[in-house]
Amino acid sequence: MDYVIQQVLNALSFGAEYALIALGLAIVFSIMGLVNFAHGEVIAFGGYSMIIVATLLTANPWVLMIGVLAFCVLASVVLERVAFRTVRRADLTTGLLTAFGVSIVLQNLFLLLGSPRPMAATQFIFLDQTLTLGNIRVSSLQIYETGATIIAIGLLMLFLRKTTLGVAMRAAALDFEMVRLCGIRANRVIAGAFAISGLLAGLACIFIMARRGSVAPHMGFDPVLTAFVACVIGGFGSLPGAVLGGFLLGITEVAVLVLLPQSYGGMAQAAVFTLVALILIWRPDGILSPALDKGDKI
Amino acid sequence: MLQIESLKVFHGPIEAVHGIDINVPEGKCVTLLGTNGAGKTSTLSSITGTARATGTIRLDGEDISRLSIEERCKLGIALSPEGRRIFANLTVYDNLIMGGATRRDKKQLTADIAAWFVQFPVLGERSSQRAGTLSGGEQQMLAIARALVSNPRILLLDEPSLGLAPQITAKIFEIIRDLKTLGMTILLVEQNASAAIEVSDYVYVLNTGTISSHGDASKFGDGTKLVDELTGVHR
Ligand SMILES: Nc1ncnc2c1ncn2[C@@H]1O[C@H](COP(=O)(O)OP(=O)(O)OP(=O)(O)O)[C@@H](O)[C@H]1O
Ligand SMILES: [Mg+2]
Repeated sequence: MDYVIQQVLNALSFGAEYALIALGLAIVFSIMGLVNFAHGEVIAFGGYSMIIVATLLTANPWVLMIGVLAFCVLASVVLERVAFRTVRRADLTTGLLTAFGVSIVLQNLFLLLGSPRPMAATQFIFLDQTLTLGNIRVSSLQIYETGATIIAIGLLMLFLRKTTLGVAMRAAALDFEMVRLCGIRANRVIAGAFAISGLLAGLACIFIMARRGSVAPHMGFDPVLTAFVACVIGGFGSLPGAVLGGFLLGITEVAVLVLLPQSYGGMAQAAVFTLVALILIWRPDGILSPALDKGDKI
Repeated sequence: MLQIESLKVFHGPIEAVHGIDINVPEGKCVTLLGTNGAGKTSTLSSITGTARATGTIRLDGEDISRLSIEERCKLGIALSPEGRRIFANLTVYDNLIMGGATRRDKKQLTADIAAWFVQFPVLGERSSQRAGTLSGGEQQMLAIARALVSNPRILLLDEPSLGLAPQITAKIFEIIRDLKTLGMTILLVEQNASAAIEVSDYVYVLNTGTISSHGDASKFGDGTKLVDELTGVHR
């Protein structure tokens, strides 16, 4: 019983992390057609900024968490302003290459200014304790991660449905020019998308640091690649698809690890990607690809 | 209210409109007639700022041709676009919220939306339904209502009767007539010459990017001669 519940939580928390990052990618993609591979460096930036704030200002972990969120939002919005605004009207490939370029430049900056090896950052590992519920022992971090992700998704849904800017973001995913014709500034919508994306990156950053206890230049890159796959499975540009894809990927990963015999452990990735391939054969555009109904045009 | 002088409109290297003058006086309905590809949508796009153009476009005497799309909307230019372009993934109500996004008086906006729902009961009944599920005629009404909730100074209507059944077309023109009675300034683009001439005060005929004739609506009769001329039919 212990084992089953532990593995279920394990799967959920992995899924939650992928879903958080995938949502950050999807919200930007849905609005401006940009696959923001520099999203992982926003996560890493959150980690390094935490080390700086912890060294210079305070050791209070709650203040540090808010700091991580704030710095990730800032980094995301600044990246848009500096790097992506100039290529906003360019085609998909140009945006993709710009994002990769920004990602590489930032990783190298972290290498140069930080350190090529992981730097210890243990401020958040207190989140990871063993809880005993009745006679079941579980990891508190996994509960926090799953819970925080579900709350974040709920708040995001509220924002997208109840505020004018949120509604404008959903509208912009369909017809950005028409949103501008309604007098809503394009820069505001896009900055809003990057801010939300940064906030989600910050949340993911906190949990990644709590698990690793360290910060490294590439700490965000691998999770973003996985989240990218989650977006593809769920349907690129679809927010529910990103969440579904993230959780599906996390659950599959853990299931494969649990079900495959120990000696086949190395096959886990291969098994996961075989499943991904099968899903894409079944639904080439992803499970929840945004429907193409743009209303009756003629 | 809206004065356009020597307007040229470009799509990339292509010049779609070759220097035209249009004047839309306050409270009047002016129609721009023309066949497919004449440059009607291009002209409206230059007014809203979505197409590159040269020449002057004045709203209440002020040159707006350098302003962004959003700034022009805030000055009171509202468009019901060709093909409607309603936000199919949003509810009918949220489509109207988008239309009124520039307004500061949110309470008054809610009241106005309620008033438009009285005016367009089909929309009111479907206010929480996804706009993509509306029929073509309902979508056209939504596109017009979305333009109106911004309380515009001037309403631009691009082929509101496109692809609609005759009864629905009649309903749309009835709405235009009502708006005129309310004092709305309208620039209407149409291919349905007879119905457009009937509601408008002044008519411009656009022919492959230049204005071939213009005058008071009465000068064009019921429009049949004009249609023959444009389509090259000789009776
Ligand atoms: N985005 C564009 N890119 C290139 N050419 C364009 C573009 N939009 C319009 N054109 C060209 O400009 C000319 C005028 O087009 P426009 O859409 O203004 O005509 P219209 O009078 O609105 O026609 P319709 O009645 O079919 O809507 C056409 O020759 C068209 O091919
Ligand atoms: Mg047109």
